Amino acid sequence: MTRYLIGRIAQVIPTALLVSVVVFLMLHMAPGDPVAVILSAKAVAYTEDDVIALREQLGLDKPLIAQYLAWVGNAVRGDLGTSLYLRRDIRPLLFERLGATAILAAGALLFALPVGIIGGVVSSLLKGTIWDRLINAVIVMGVAVPVFALGLFFIVIFGAYLRWLPVSGMVSAGGGDFVDRVKHLILPAVALGVGPAAILARLTRSSMLEVQNEDYVRTARAKGLKEGVVTWRHTFRNVLIPVTTVIGLQVGFLLGGAVLIEVVFGWPGMGSLIINGILQRDFPVVQAGVLAVALCYVFVNLAVDVLYAVIDPRIRYGA
Amino acid sequence: MSSLAAPGPASASLAAGIEGTARRVSQRTWWRLLLRDWPSVVALLVLLLIALAAIFAPFLTAIDPLTTNTRVKAEPLFTPGYPLGTDQLGRDIWSRLLYGARLTLTVGIAGAAVSAAVGLLIGLIAGYFGGWVDAVTMRGLDVLLSFPDILLAVVIVAILGPSLQNALIAVAILGVPFYVRLIRADVLRLRQSDFVTSARTIGASNRRIIAAHILPNVIAPIIVTASIHVGYLILSAAGLSFVGLGAQPPSPEWGAMVSSGRDYLLIAPHVVLVPAAAIFVVVLAFNIVGDGLRDALDPKAR
Repeated sequence: MTRYLIGRIAQVIPTALLVSVVVFLMLHMAPGDPVAVILSAKAVAYTEDDVIALREQLGLDKPLIAQYLAWVGNAVRGDLGTSLYLRRDIRPLLFERLGATAILAAGALLFALPVGIIGGVVSSLLKGTIWDRLINAVIVMGVAVPVFALGLFFIVIFGAYLRWLPVSGMVSAGGGDFVDRVKHLILPAVALGVGPAAILARLTRSSMLEVQNEDYVRTARAKGLKEGVVTWRHTFRNVLIPVTTVIGLQVGFLLGGAVLIEVVFGWPGMGSLIINGILQRDFPVVQAGVLAVALCYVFVNLAVDVLYAVIDPRIRYGA
Repeated sequence: MSSLAAPGPASASLAAGIEGTARRVSQRTWWRLLLRDWPSVVALLVLLLIALAAIFAPFLTAIDPLTTNTRVKAEPLFTPGYPLGTDQLGRDIWSRLLYGARLTLTVGIAGAAVSAAVGLLIGLIAGYFGGWVDAVTMRGLDVLLSFPDILLAVVIVAILGPSLQNALIAVAILGVPFYVRLIRADVLRLRQSDFVTSARTIGASNRRIIAAHILPNVIAPIIVTASIHVGYLILSAAGLSFVGLGAQPPSPEWGAMVSSGRDYLLIAPHVVLVPAAAIFVVVLAFNIVGDGLRDALDPKAR
């Protein structure tokens, strides 16, 4: 186990480094000179000398490799630079936004996990009935619905028409208690969670049906175990492996899909930070934001792989 | 992460499409199987109708999709002369929907074609030649896949600049790793097959082996994957347009229509919900056809 863990964790380092190189290069290929952006933001006429001075100050006159090393070195020490647009230190900004996105993604998972898994198990147990078909129809629709459209639909129905829940931001103006925050979370989290719930339900259903035909399930049934025990201990436990994989992948989708949902609900998370950064050509923010999200994703994948090893002994012994 | 899949609902079904095509049915029977599956038939008909409506848009509406008319702002559904109402600038939603269908279908189909072609080329090379070529390619893909889903598209658009064309390029790049993995795995298997060994024994060149023996055997899984991929591309591109990184106003691209009507969501919800529903229907239809195709081509799945 320890050996597997060390090996798997060691893989993270080259991946993280490659990701940082890609992020760095990507934004250096982007059009628009950051120096011009900064200077024109000051709304005063500037000269060629100002450009050269700022270039030196930002280290943009150095070779690309030196720039990369300086950027990574600073990033590792926690210095992510300053936002060109918001005129703020990026690090506190990033932590605020990461926290908001994490809450949103966690809320979505909290919805998607039980709904998806229970839906899939129920549908597999009722295979061939009208309920199974109904659940399947919902699954097919859940995969096809654009996440941003679902969010807007929720705003119209639950926000404007029924007036049940708030539809914008994380908290009421002037601050609110825990209940207020939960209320703000419900609509964006459910809208974001529908797609992953559908995927999970589909996978749980097909895995359950597959495992039900295994010899050990037949044996369990043959030796007279109760149906509930067969379902949960023999079938469902073995369904957990593919389900865990998909949950890990869905976290990636949640981080990505959050981009759209954050825009719909005015949620102050990473997604809206990155999108606004791009639209405002605020490249230090985009760079730091993309790096942060990509690294989170790398670590989520690591966590999923470690979880596998815990769930399934075959994996840790490399069988 | 050794799985074939990557994040996202549609990409998970992409992966399912990849796994599902391990076995093949003879070429004559698969479309009969597809036509026996009624949801697929309905979905195919819906897509056919939408494609015809897109092609013949000028015959189905006399109103220009970009012309604004301040006298008919945000008219509701079923207004005489405006079957789907008008938007906040008085543009005819029906007309915009028809012309937007051209953009949406183009994005989906062109995107899938580009992804598939690039993925096919890379997958063939990596799988057939193996060794360091393969190792470098797969490492590169791993880096691509370490960016969550639409975030990578967002970054690509950030580099290229916001436009529908660049959004298309971005989402097409996003899809390439799936095709590469699918094709590489197939090629690795085929390379060991008796007929390839025989061809090599009688002195066939690499080019001939790839073109005559390997390529025909990877076409079916590509078609299945592409049919499922189209819906995903449409969703992603619409999402990019929605946040302002894809089609720019006044384009009638459906995601952009949703985006531009957003500020009037509570006053005139149909301005947003009509194009949103259109995206949903098209993606749903493509997914159903894709699932049907996969089942038809894979006897094991039935």
